[in-house]
Amino acid sequence: MSITIYVPCDSSAVSLGADRVATAIAKEAATRGLDIKLVRNGSRGMFWLEPLVEVATAKGRVAYGPVQPGDVSGLFDADFTQGAAHTLSLGLTEELDYFKKQQRLTFARIGKTDPVSLTDYVENDGYRGLKNALALSQEEIVQAVTDSGLRGRGGAAFPTGIKWKTVLNTASAQKYIICNADEGDSGTFSDRMVMEDDPFVLIEGMTIAGLAVDATQGYIYLRIEYPHACEVLNAAIATAYQEGYLGDNIQGSGKRFDLEVRLGAGAYVCGEETSLMESLEGKRGLVRFKPPLPAISGLFGQPTVVNNVISLASVPIILDKGGDYYRDFGIGRSRGTLPVQLAGNIKRPGLVELSFGLTLRELLYDFGGGSASGRPIKAVQVGGPLGAYLPEAQFDTVLDYEAFAAIWAVVGHGGIVVFDDTVNMAEMARYSMEFCKIESCGKCTPCRIGSTRGVEVMDDIINGRNLDKNIPLLRDLCDTLLNGSLCALGGMTPYPVLSALNHFPEDFGINVKATAA
Amino acid sequence: MTESGTTQPTVQEIIAALKDKPGALLPILHGIQDTLGYIPAACVPDIAAGLSLSRAEVHGVISFYHYFRDTPPGKQTIHLCRAESCQAMGAKQLEEHVKSKLGIGFHETTADGKFSLEPVYCLGNCACSPAMQIGKEIYGRVTADSFDATITTTEASA
Repeated sequence: MSITIYVPCDSSAVSLGADRVATAIAKEAATRGLDIKLVRNGSRGMFWLEPLVEVATAKGRVAYGPVQPGDVSGLFDADFTQGAAHTLSLGLTEELDYFKKQQRLTFARIGKTDPVSLTDYVENDGYRGLKNALALSQEEIVQAVTDSGLRGRGGAAFPTGIKWKTVLNTASAQKYIICNADEGDSGTFSDRMVMEDDPFVLIEGMTIAGLAVDATQGYIYLRIEYPHACEVLNAAIATAYQEGYLGDNIQGSGKRFDLEVRLGAGAYVCGEETSLMESLEGKRGLVRFKPPLPAISGLFGQPTVVNNVISLASVPIILDKGGDYYRDFGIGRSRGTLPVQLAGNIKRPGLVELSFGLTLRELLYDFGGGSASGRPIKAVQVGGPLGAYLPEAQFDTVLDYEAFAAIWAVVGHGGIVVFDDTVNMAEMARYSMEFCKIESCGKCTPCRIGSTRGVEVMDDIINGRNLDKNIPLLRDLCDTLLNGSLCALGGMTPYPVLSALNHFPEDFGINVKATAA
Repeated sequence: MTESGTTQPTVQEIIAALKDKPGALLPILHGIQDTLGYIPAACVPDIAAGLSLSRAEVHGVISFYHYFRDTPPGKQTIHLCRAESCQAMGAKQLEEHVKSKLGIGFHETTADGKFSLEPVYCLGNCACSPAMQIGKEIYGRVTADSFDATITTTEASA
């Protein structure tokens, strides 16, 4: 009987040698005359164990990792194809604590299936949401999404159902669904994983969105930094067309939905929805004034839904199991689950999908295992480059949009970047200003000029020049950025800068005791 | 990357094939850069004419996006991540090493034309920081030693 062996094709696993491991396994099996079926699955998201090789056994899939090409021959010697013990044995994959403790809704299939296999997708609950949606009215689909309590996972946390309803109620001959796949935040990779490891869930989510609001054209605006995701998405889209899941007669319903991947070109600001639409229209990615809202006048002036990858990828399970099912996860006004991404200086980096409500401390230590360097964790930045830095004293904050807002921080897209005690927070504040300067679209003055001045002021502060004058100047500048910028790039750069200053004044050369106030 | 011996579409062909797409400019610019490795200034009038835009508008778009370049790159382009997650794992020290090893700074190409070095702000490989990309290959947990080994291999296969 053929033995099934899984080696991930996720680009992070590949960056650690998964392709070479897969080649070595195929070669070794051939040499030994063993009949194996090699499946390139997605990643389970436990990246300190990648490349994580799994073998299908009667008891379930058994994991080995991290495997390097040099380990392969020894694994065969130890009979790993029968799930036998080896120094790299980890036991049953789904019994691993890190994995078992998660609540995987959006990521239900990720790591289990072959991403580009439509058969795998359908056999693992795929396209059940679409099937239900095809039997519902547009209002009922929108109601299910509203009932789920889903809020935009890109970072702004705007209720998805309300956005859809606005587009549904705005009459137009042409409407659009845009998937914002410009995942530019450092410390985040959940969108990338969805696109590389389960692309059909995004295609299904976008198709449902199209049905719900009467949009016949979808675009996935994908960042150029994700070449693997681009290949996988295009392969999956081609299959979906062949099998009648996209095109002018979706599953015989007579409904139409077309989908195309469009590549960005390395501009962080194009993750801002209006800048993204300018870019899709073939222009410089300059931020637009709002109103009008994109839901009323968006791409090419037409009503447009712009949703993040995770938001759209959460739609199929909501339509499959119902809005209430999804809503029953989570706390307060943060409903459902959030795929948290643990990154930076952390021992067990990876993807952790859980209901809202866990504390940062649980994520950092119970899941993450503390810092990778073994040194104390000094700060974490949550929510990407525009997110606040949080000190240890705030690690008991619960992951919840409102709880984070209450401490002047953001959950954002769910990325958590960990820094040990060797980090200098004034340097990080300078970097935030520098990043804003590099990525500013230039349309509004506070962001365009303020970020340049911010770098200069930070240089003065780092060099200890005139702190009495420069610290208030930095605060004043942040106030202008915060209140005067057109979009979140300038408007939120003060979050990392001021949180670093407020929580770690000593790194800015401020004698805390002398200036305590 | 360009391959010699294969028939490449000309700039005119790329423009003709894509100009009727809605929002065609970025797809055309990608098409040209994929084929030639950069977008020569000489292409700008043709693109502008094909899309009924001014040359200034086309130039403005090319210069807005970090990824588009108007000079030929080296044989291989190294994108080194500078973002926070990579910084938390030593990206600054790695950046110093890479620059001194190659003898160039960001946005420069080595004198022998083998490597161009570009900064990148996140490759989505933050669980394996620090990260870099050479061509379409992504590398994780990059160290000074693994960088040296990688460019030696890349050089040999280039």
